[in-house]
Amino acid sequence: MSLNVNNLTVHHGAIRAVDQVSLAVPTGKLAAIIGSNGAGKTTLLRTLSGLNKPTSGTMNWMGESIAGVKPENLVRRGISHVSEGKSVVPELTVRENLLLGAIWRKNSKEAKQSLDEVTTIFPRLGERIEQRSDTLSGGERQMLAIGRAIMAKPKLLLLDEPSLGLAPLVIEQIFQSIRDLTHTMRLTVLLVEQNAMGALKIADLGIVLNLGKVVAVDNAQALINDPAVRAAYLGY
Amino acid sequence: MHKFKSTNKSRFISFILLGVFLVYLGNAVDELRVYQGATVAMYVVAISSIILLTGYSGQVSLGHGALLAVGAYGAALLRNNFNAPVWLCFVGAVLFAAMWGALLGATAARLSGPYLAGTTLALAVGLPSIANQFTFLGGEQGLIFDIGLPPESLGEMFSQYKWFFWIASLAALISMWWLQNLLRSRYGRTWRAVRTQSVAAELAGIHIARTKILAFTISAGLAGLAGALLSMTISTVSPGAFPLTLSFALATGAVLSGINTLGGVIIGAVTLVAIPDIADAIAHRIGASENVMTNLPGLMVSALLILTVLFVPNGPVEQHRARKARHQAVLTSTKK
Amino acid sequence: MFQAFNTFLIGITAGSIYALMAISIVLVWRSTRVVNFAQAGMALLSTYVGYEVIQQFDSYWLALPLAMISGALVAALIELVFMRLLLKHSSQGAIASIAPIIATLGLLGVIKAFIGFIWGNQDVNIESPLSNVGFSIGSQTLALSPMKLFILIAVSVLLISLTFVFQKTNLGLALRASAHAPEISRLSGIRVDFVRTFGWALAGAAGGAAGMLQTANGNGALAPDSLEFSLLLAFGFIAAVIGGLDSLLGAVVGALLLGLVLAFVLTYVGGSLVFIAAFLLLVGILIVRPAGIISQRAGRRA
Repeated sequence: MSLNVNNLTVHHGAIRAVDQVSLAVPTGKLAAIIGSNGAGKTTLLRTLSGLNKPTSGTMNWMGESIAGVKPENLVRRGISHVSEGKSVVPELTVRENLLLGAIWRKNSKEAKQSLDEVTTIFPRLGERIEQRSDTLSGGERQMLAIGRAIMAKPKLLLLDEPSLGLAPLVIEQIFQSIRDLTHTMRLTVLLVEQNAMGALKIADLGIVLNLGKVVAVDNAQALINDPAVRAAYLGY
Repeated sequence: MHKFKSTNKSRFISFILLGVFLVYLGNAVDELRVYQGATVAMYVVAISSIILLTGYSGQVSLGHGALLAVGAYGAALLRNNFNAPVWLCFVGAVLFAAMWGALLGATAARLSGPYLAGTTLALAVGLPSIANQFTFLGGEQGLIFDIGLPPESLGEMFSQYKWFFWIASLAALISMWWLQNLLRSRYGRTWRAVRTQSVAAELAGIHIARTKILAFTISAGLAGLAGALLSMTISTVSPGAFPLTLSFALATGAVLSGINTLGGVIIGAVTLVAIPDIADAIAHRIGASENVMTNLPGLMVSALLILTVLFVPNGPVEQHRARKARHQAVLTSTKK
Repeated sequence: MFQAFNTFLIGITAGSIYALMAISIVLVWRSTRVVNFAQAGMALLSTYVGYEVIQQFDSYWLALPLAMISGALVAALIELVFMRLLLKHSSQGAIASIAPIIATLGLLGVIKAFIGFIWGNQDVNIESPLSNVGFSIGSQTLALSPMKLFILIAVSVLLISLTFVFQKTNLGLALRASAHAPEISRLSGIRVDFVRTFGWALAGAAGGAAGMLQTANGNGALAPDSLEFSLLLAFGFIAAVIGGLDSLLGAVVGALLLGLVLAFVLTYVGGSLVFIAAFLLLVGILIVRPAGIISQRAGRRA
């Protein structure tokens, strides 16, 4: 188990946004975290990546604790977080946004290699490589955000609602790319989504959060077949 | 516990009492203090204009010195060219400055934050020096502003400085009473709404630009009054009396007083006047060099400013109220 | 005609120095979202360091880079100590928007007092290393002297270097990204705090250069309350606002424009109206573009 979270509690003011959450994600697997708005999914990711401070509990990545570590240092430990919303820097070009992810590695040759890899995975980015990022469509921006995270050569990828605001066709593409990436780059992925069906379909493992608590953990297919989950989150 | 509700009438009475107290004070202290008292009263008016503009209406001005200058010149011109009676000169100062304030406010309504700060800064630097160009404004020497001797009915022993003190205090009392009423009225609430939640305010039908401009106009009027008072105490109006540092001092005084309540305004005013004296005393006590003596007041004011912003950002009065409110909340919550 | 050209030269020279100051202010604004009035104070302090160097080693050419380095160090120190402190105590309510501005105003006062303690309030002198006499063309004297020419060249070199750093280096990319999107930068592994301090150091260096050049361009007099520094403070800030606080290019454009307008008003209208001309220029531009000449979003809220 590369990612181990135990009894994690995170407060938002007086509210327990994450309430005694425990989960374990095996290496190389894609875990979908689903739940309705306000379930604590985003807070969970933000705590894992160091943006939020936990109140109590432990978080271990590859056997070592990641609590209290600054986000920029967690990147160096192989954790990349694509935050909610169009997580690109609009004023920079596509190339600059991508390179941003590789700056800390301080190796420009490697950075160039990674850039080529990303443009292979997302050819549309290659076409628009010198354009300013605010000229990209929603789907392209999401690809860019993911691409930038990949540039850091992560081992653990945290994705926060990548499908938000995108057209159904584009969502499919994105999800498929995420699935492929997980395999080709041997990533461990935590995928937070409100689009529960889409996420569970590409995931190995599924975790359901409600009001900050874990209410179900199972392999993804089992959750898809579970009538309670179907009723609450899959709409049928 | 019986809560003392301050009604309009009770506040009016307290202002009267304050006035009486000031008369006694004026008789009790020496000439220097009386003169300083007049300066304090002037600062009270000036600082309140900033509290209104920034604390209530959320618009930052680093250039109120220019508006003081406008009022001062207006008063002097009325006095010298039309021999206007003193009270009319002050009224004229208020109106003249308010007029320019409206103009400035209209320009500034679309600006925010640093852009507004920059504009007011440019005004502070630019406006006073205009006087150098035009002879009717007296050029660099400036104009004389002489309000004349105290009336004979007050007796022969009534000094010029005490007369300044009376006039300044009266102006301060009247304007503070008026301003306090204004801030407690629907206007005050509107300004606060615009400052804190401008989107919500707009949706509630409040005309943002008009509200802001009104605040600017009134603030300018008060500043003009302060400017006239300032000139009265030094008997001249010149560009040199309204340097950039005056604008900074006013902002400082406002922060020291507590930028969003009128209650603490006397604190800032007294501090601004007292610091040079205190600094002098300290410097003499420790036998400091001339360098230290010249710069100690500046250092003290600046250090005080930084400390206030860091630790008492909303001013001592607000801080005290907030602490009382929290204390009250704790008491009531434990009274299960 | 000749006078117009001379006026142009005067304006460009003054404007280029204001450009350094404006850049200094924009660098800090972009990285910390604070208008730092103390920037001019730091520039002043750096210039005094330059003065001391000249006293010791009698070389302006040594003093200039040392002033810039000391400017960078002072700025970094202030960012580390003062700004972090300010951000930790960030407040709510009416004061929140202007608290940082007021605090930097206080810092400016402290720096000035400190300078007065050490060096006194009387003028000290920094001699211009090059001649201030204009080149002659036939019987006419150009408003371009060796010193002014040096100033133009120096500022151009600094601007080009700065542009290179910003656009072509990883550090520059990190600076830009951190200014636009600090959280995304963090998540990309960029040490945003260090980058911000570095941005301040650059600003401090630019300020130091501005101070040294401004003093040499004037009559060489240096004092805590000197006119030159009040102008540098006010006009640097105004130029930055005119250009649009978010843009380094805007800072340069705004400063040059301001310098030109001031020079022409000075020559053709009258000395006392120079300052109000600055105000009118500022207002004129902000009316049309409330966020400065080069602004991304119209009516940008700070």
